[in-house]
Amino acid sequence: MDEKQFFTEKVLAAKADLSQKEIVDYLALIRHETVTRPVVYIGSGTCGKVAGADDTLAAINRYLYEKNIQAEIVQVGCIGLCTYEPIVDIQLPGKARISFHNITHELVEPIFDDIFNSEVPDDHVLGQFENKRHNRWENVANISELPFFKYQHRIVLANCGISNPDSITDYLARGGYQTYLKCIRNYTGEKICEIVSQSGLRGRGGGGYHTGEKWEMAHNAVSDQKYLICNAAESDPGAFMDRAVIEGDPYLLLEGIAIAAYAIGATKAYIYVMDEYSQAYFMLNQAINQLKEYGFLGYNIFDSGTDLKIMLVRGPGAFVCGEETALINSIEGKRGMPRPKPPYPAIEGLFGKPTVINNVETLANIPFILRYGPLQFNEIGFAEARGTKVFAISGKAMITGLVEVPMGTKIGDIIYKIAGGIKDGKEFKAVQIGGPSGSCLPASQLDLPVGYESLWEKGAIIGSGGMIVMDEDTCMVDIAKFFMNFLQKESCGKCIPCREGTRRIHEILENITRRPTGESGYEVLERFKGIMQLADLSEVIRDTSLCGLGQTAPNPLLSAMKWFREEFEEHVFDRKCRAGVCKELRLFYIDVDHCIGCVACLRKCPSNAIVGQPRQPHFIIEEKCIGCGICFDVCKFVAVKLR
Amino acid sequence: MQATLDEIISRYKAGSREALLPLLQDIQIEYGYLNEEAILKVGQHIKLPSSKVYGIATFYDQFRFVQKGRFHIKVCRGTSCHMHGSSGILREVERVLNIKEGNTTRDGRFSLEAVSCMGACGSAPVINVNGEFKTAISIPDIALIIDHYKNTI
Repeated sequence: MDEKQFFTEKVLAAKADLSQKEIVDYLALIRHETVTRPVVYIGSGTCGKVAGADDTLAAINRYLYEKNIQAEIVQVGCIGLCTYEPIVDIQLPGKARISFHNITHELVEPIFDDIFNSEVPDDHVLGQFENKRHNRWENVANISELPFFKYQHRIVLANCGISNPDSITDYLARGGYQTYLKCIRNYTGEKICEIVSQSGLRGRGGGGYHTGEKWEMAHNAVSDQKYLICNAAESDPGAFMDRAVIEGDPYLLLEGIAIAAYAIGATKAYIYVMDEYSQAYFMLNQAINQLKEYGFLGYNIFDSGTDLKIMLVRGPGAFVCGEETALINSIEGKRGMPRPKPPYPAIEGLFGKPTVINNVETLANIPFILRYGPLQFNEIGFAEARGTKVFAISGKAMITGLVEVPMGTKIGDIIYKIAGGIKDGKEFKAVQIGGPSGSCLPASQLDLPVGYESLWEKGAIIGSGGMIVMDEDTCMVDIAKFFMNFLQKESCGKCIPCREGTRRIHEILENITRRPTGESGYEVLERFKGIMQLADLSEVIRDTSLCGLGQTAPNPLLSAMKWFREEFEEHVFDRKCRAGVCKELRLFYIDVDHCIGCVACLRKCPSNAIVGQPRQPHFIIEEKCIGCGICFDVCKFVAVKLR
Repeated sequence: MQATLDEIISRYKAGSREALLPLLQDIQIEYGYLNEEAILKVGQHIKLPSSKVYGIATFYDQFRFVQKGRFHIKVCRGTSCHMHGSSGILREVERVLNIKEGNTTRDGRFSLEAVSCMGACGSAPVINVNGEFKTAISIPDIALIIDHYKNTI
């Protein structure tokens, strides 16, 4: 009996008895719980590949070939510890799966030599996976007890980096698609909408709209055709959770899509995935083909009378296409510009038909809710926000990667307990939440629980879940300028306040970070006038823009001005940047005690601002200095200093 | 063998608006950029004025209208990379290659593009040359990396 026949007849059939020993054992074999030969797992998500997983994989293949070891290699997705990639796990028959971090290609041989001799290497050990069927490795911590994993609650990421994302059988052996079959066999669409409403799930893409309500609206709309769109147009800088979910567990997302489509009565679903995410696209395509083969897609799925077709759309790269109506326009082959709401897409969306658009993470939560019931989901989280949220931590945190925490976890706990604090022992300055249109929160707000309303009250948004940690070397004016520049470029241009306003804000911020020398009286006047108008301008942009991009565009500026006002004032009045980031505001001087007159700086200075004789201390003429910092870099005697 | 423009166009139904973006994407995958002929032919096939096709193509970041270089360098300008000094990296690449972002060198060897995020935030700052990532680079590395590709066939 081949695999497919086994699954369709014994596991997925309506009256399948999954408690039979034969089936339990076979499924454990597919899940790699019992293995007959060594299995090597390698983290091959995009972050792993960036860290050199391909070289490591080649080295592993070479090693196994040379030592003549028959082993299976499984390429898994990202487990969330991007700093520790490439991560390699080894599972010997009867032994627990043990995980190693930062395995570059030259480390393969020593580590594998140790492991195949049943010894634990001294370095690079991350931990081992607990399993009752396996013998433990001695003196190796459990993965689940590492601080990084201990405080997490993984629903969406549960199998990322653990299961084989290439294989449908692995997913089915973990109980996958049982929930979908339960839904199409036993539940009506109405019932599913009700369950999702009860669970309290809200959109994870930024808006935080109640998913159940949205579905009900589309379910009740009368139309010959309805659509479901999965929004995987993740283009916030610093956000990569959707990609990780797709690469690590594509079937989970596809099951969520299938259930959602059934609930609202859609027979066609689109997945709008960024074209840059080539691996994610490839994984989805492969998964869809396997699903077709097993009969989960197509007409009359498992004799239930349900039809479903899933289409992949490659998003041609525009930040604004994350907005749902802009995304619809983009699928229709138009410019990705938002449409006025109402009519909401749930009533009149893609091609004028009722359409539900959900984010990847929202849909990936659906199988859990329907499998374990709405109450179990509702228990997690706090107040208005139920369930968990995935955050992508990057920036100056010790560990960068993906974490999934219950709603209501304190921001400080995520940064200090899970991500291990700040790199290189520096001081924490701010954390930026919610992507480019989110906001920066200072150290005083670290006790804030993550949730929709709790952050909203402080002028922040949960957004898609990017979390960028900043240390004392970061200049908040520079960050605000960076985000305004990004938004200014990405504004679609439909609403004039957003198109021109973001540009103007960027110009004003440019003005206050420009070098003060040689500034005419008129320019000084313009500079101050601009700053006084910033708040008004922000208000206009927020109130008069059509879509989320414009309405939240002034956020990064307003939050930075609110929490880091003294830093702005320093830039405006004292004309200096305490972090030394704003290049043009840097003033250098030469410490006469240290300068030996080597003329290295004098030769390199592009504006001839350094004067002095050989073997005599030099001086910098401030009026001529352009603040490029070349003298600072070339001085071997640390005589050039920042004022 | 390279598929001809007509072959690619004939894969899609004539006059269907939603085929426009996939069609342009396919042409770009095959040729590396969109030229005038492609825009005109796509317009005729989809039954849209070519000005409109061009307008849509320029709206999206993905489409290019000049030939890519032999080595296509992407500099990440995401937040994490920005904090780790990617603006300096971009300036340095521009200085070494003597071109501005979005252009191709005259010998057609290098082209340069600044992208908003490549999702490799853990290894910031990163650049990507023809799909190969260079992680945690510093300004002095740039000249070495480019020299390496200058001497590669």
